[in-house]
Amino acid sequence: MSHVCETDVIIVGGGIIGASAALMLALRGQRVVLLERDFCGSRSSGVNYGGVRRQGRSLVQLPLSQRAHELWSDLPGLIGIDGEYVRSGHLKLARSDADMARLQAWADAAADFDLGVELLDRGQLRQRFAWVGDVAVGASLCSADGHANPRLVSPAFAAAARRAGARIVEQVQPLAFDHDGQAFVLACSNGERLRAPWLLNCAGAWANHIAEQFGEQVPMTSGHPAMLVTEPLPVVMDVSTGVEGGGIYARQVARGNCVLGGGQGFAVDTVRARPGQLATLDILRNAVELYPFLHGAQAIRTWSGTEGYLPDREPVIGHSLAQPGLIHAFGFAGAGFQIGPAVGEALSQLIVEGSSRAPIDAFSIQRFSPLELHTGRSLS
Amino acid sequence: MNAVVIVGAGPAGIRAAQTLAAHGLRPCLVDEALQGGGQVYRRAPGNFQRPASQLYGFEARKAGAVHQALDALRGQIDYRPDTLVWNAEDGYLHTLNQQRVGTVKYDRLLIATGATDRILPVPGWTLPGAYSLGAAQIALKAQGCAIGEQVVFAGSGPLLYLVAYQYAKAGARVLAVLDSSPFAAQVAALPRLLRQPLTLAKGLYYRGWLTAHGIAVHQGAHLVRVDGERRVEAVTWQQGGKRHTLACDGLAFAHALRSETQLADLLGCAFAWSALNRAWLPSRDPAGRSSVPGVYLAGDGAGIMGADAAEMAGERAALALLEDLGVAIDAGRGAHLQRQLARIQGFRAGLEDAFPFPEDWARQAPDELMLCRCEEVSVGEVRGVVAQGHTDINRVKAHCRVGMGRCQGRMCGSATVEIIAQAAACPPQDVGRLRAQAPIKPLPFGVEVQP
Repeated sequence: MSHVCETDVIIVGGGIIGASAALMLALRGQRVVLLERDFCGSRSSGVNYGGVRRQGRSLVQLPLSQRAHELWSDLPGLIGIDGEYVRSGHLKLARSDADMARLQAWADAAADFDLGVELLDRGQLRQRFAWVGDVAVGASLCSADGHANPRLVSPAFAAAARRAGARIVEQVQPLAFDHDGQAFVLACSNGERLRAPWLLNCAGAWANHIAEQFGEQVPMTSGHPAMLVTEPLPVVMDVSTGVEGGGIYARQVARGNCVLGGGQGFAVDTVRARPGQLATLDILRNAVELYPFLHGAQAIRTWSGTEGYLPDREPVIGHSLAQPGLIHAFGFAGAGFQIGPAVGEALSQLIVEGSSRAPIDAFSIQRFSPLELHTGRSLS
Repeated sequence: MNAVVIVGAGPAGIRAAQTLAAHGLRPCLVDEALQGGGQVYRRAPGNFQRPASQLYGFEARKAGAVHQALDALRGQIDYRPDTLVWNAEDGYLHTLNQQRVGTVKYDRLLIATGATDRILPVPGWTLPGAYSLGAAQIALKAQGCAIGEQVVFAGSGPLLYLVAYQYAKAGARVLAVLDSSPFAAQVAALPRLLRQPLTLAKGLYYRGWLTAHGIAVHQGAHLVRVDGERRVEAVTWQQGGKRHTLACDGLAFAHALRSETQLADLLGCAFAWSALNRAWLPSRDPAGRSSVPGVYLAGDGAGIMGADAAEMAGERAALALLEDLGVAIDAGRGAHLQRQLARIQGFRAGLEDAFPFPEDWARQAPDELMLCRCEEVSVGEVRGVVAQGHTDINRVKAHCRVGMGRCQGRMCGSATVEIIAQAAACPPQDVGRLRAQAPIKPLPFGVEVQP
């Protein structure tokens, strides 16, 4: 019988959600062990587009997103690096009057959150952002949104958690989940056994497998956003951009490389994904009408990741209905990077204070429960 | 049904196409270059006047034979020059030809993607006037110009002497050849090198010719740095603890070759560490079958063995492909080729002894040395990431951008492995290998789709 390591909280998954939770819990004196089967921040948290935006989110996400905005404002204080985070602004383009009306409707609905959203008509858009293609009839600008480098930011959350006292264990995964009536007991691939009263399921696109271990089914599917990057170009894009109704999104980093995303790739196996030639060519052929300055530029690299999507494209955040002590946070539908730090904080509050300060009821796993009788049970 | 595609029209790809055509198949031969021949037998543009003997030296007859073999295949194969394979997926190759993208379906694929120079940078290596040995050779063969008027050649490997000889023959002033391998190593390697007495004799001839023509050949001589304000003005080198400076306006350098393995990687071929090549290479059986059914490997793209071996391996892999298709082949021919390839492999091991990898390069590399020129990442930055506990090359890349730029690590990857291994005090195989990502080479915005 191997030695059992007793701790307060076990976190499965070293993406930005799990690592933020580890950091926030460690800062509040909790003993934390985080298990990451690969390297922290090497999956979706590290290979996503890098958008740090509130604009366009569902209203139920905005309280968490606003809290995250505050946390991002002192990123060096939180994780020790600036992560190339810039509050460049986020410009959402409209290709039709109907799209423009939808941007207006969102701005009206989100007015209470005071995000500073500004609607630009065609003339104002041309004047402010002359590099945008004629296909855009207007846009919505959220000037305090921005972008960052996920390759640097997400691993830095894990590094900061380690410095704060959390135990971060990479290249190890749980092989068996058990609960002895008082605490979870995990048998790990390095031979170690961990025991803790709390288990955080932050396993991203693979989190449904952990939920299933405890008899909870969630209809999560995987998606593989296609991404590519250009060689360094003269800097012209001074905001991160997206398009109403979906399409190609793009930003330019200080070095001059443009990062573009759009369309879906495919899974190579259960872990790896590629953008595929279809999505890659769609970006190369269609980006030029939105961003004419890209014509003739060279794409030097493409990539993709594996993101978890639930049918309503909202995440699951909160207590398990099946197993006391188990807390889920997954299914961020490709939009978890910005709110990640606030989700981590909310998870720490669930454990330390008994509830999250930002409202998270809308994200309960209960919405996928086949039995309406499964009302949220008290775990305190 | 049986679409057979070959990627790369060098000696391996051309001999493979010839073998397949001789057995009644009509393969598609896709090549990035405008004219077949590969890097080693790169053809001069049509309007060039220099005779083959001057372009290729001793290899003129072989170059001519390979070119003629390709010319004779017109009509029997679907030859597609000027066509870059940038991706492979689901039984299709994705190509780029003159700003147009297209697809080539395959049922069986023979990869003969060749090699590029293995570069071990020194301070100043990004100055205009500093070239790789292969690039210096291309300038001469395909562009009819020299990289400078007073040129120094440095590094190691057989190409070092060959290119220096070709430059001198073409009328360039070759100031010196700086070979990092000690003379003693070459003497010790002689027994193995004698397995290919003709090849050895040629190498000795080039060297002897250089010496006879008053060109200084220094052994155990390490390039320390390239000096110059706006372009190469001099090189500093070291031999036996003594430093020398030599004014020049051109430098060509490399330490042998490295395989181009991205396509095999995208196709999911299994890789294994090759101590001889000091690299992770796609695995192949003695006939050239990769780990992926229907995918075959031949030539320097799966391990450096040179042009003669590439011709044999191309034919051998084509025979394996035919055999797997159920076409009757001459089994004796296959066995004969494998025996010859094994002999060359022995010679190749001897070459590695004669031109040993400069194991202390990484230790000598100063922190401020630019390692990845595309992303401007220094040796010190890579060491800094290793000091944070990262030793996997893809992880190091994610943290500091090394190998993330335009060349996708084709230029800096080998040197980065050495720096990480030295900083982490681990053997180079433990560093892993850069994962290939499409596009294999850059792809432009605004591409058209071939109708």
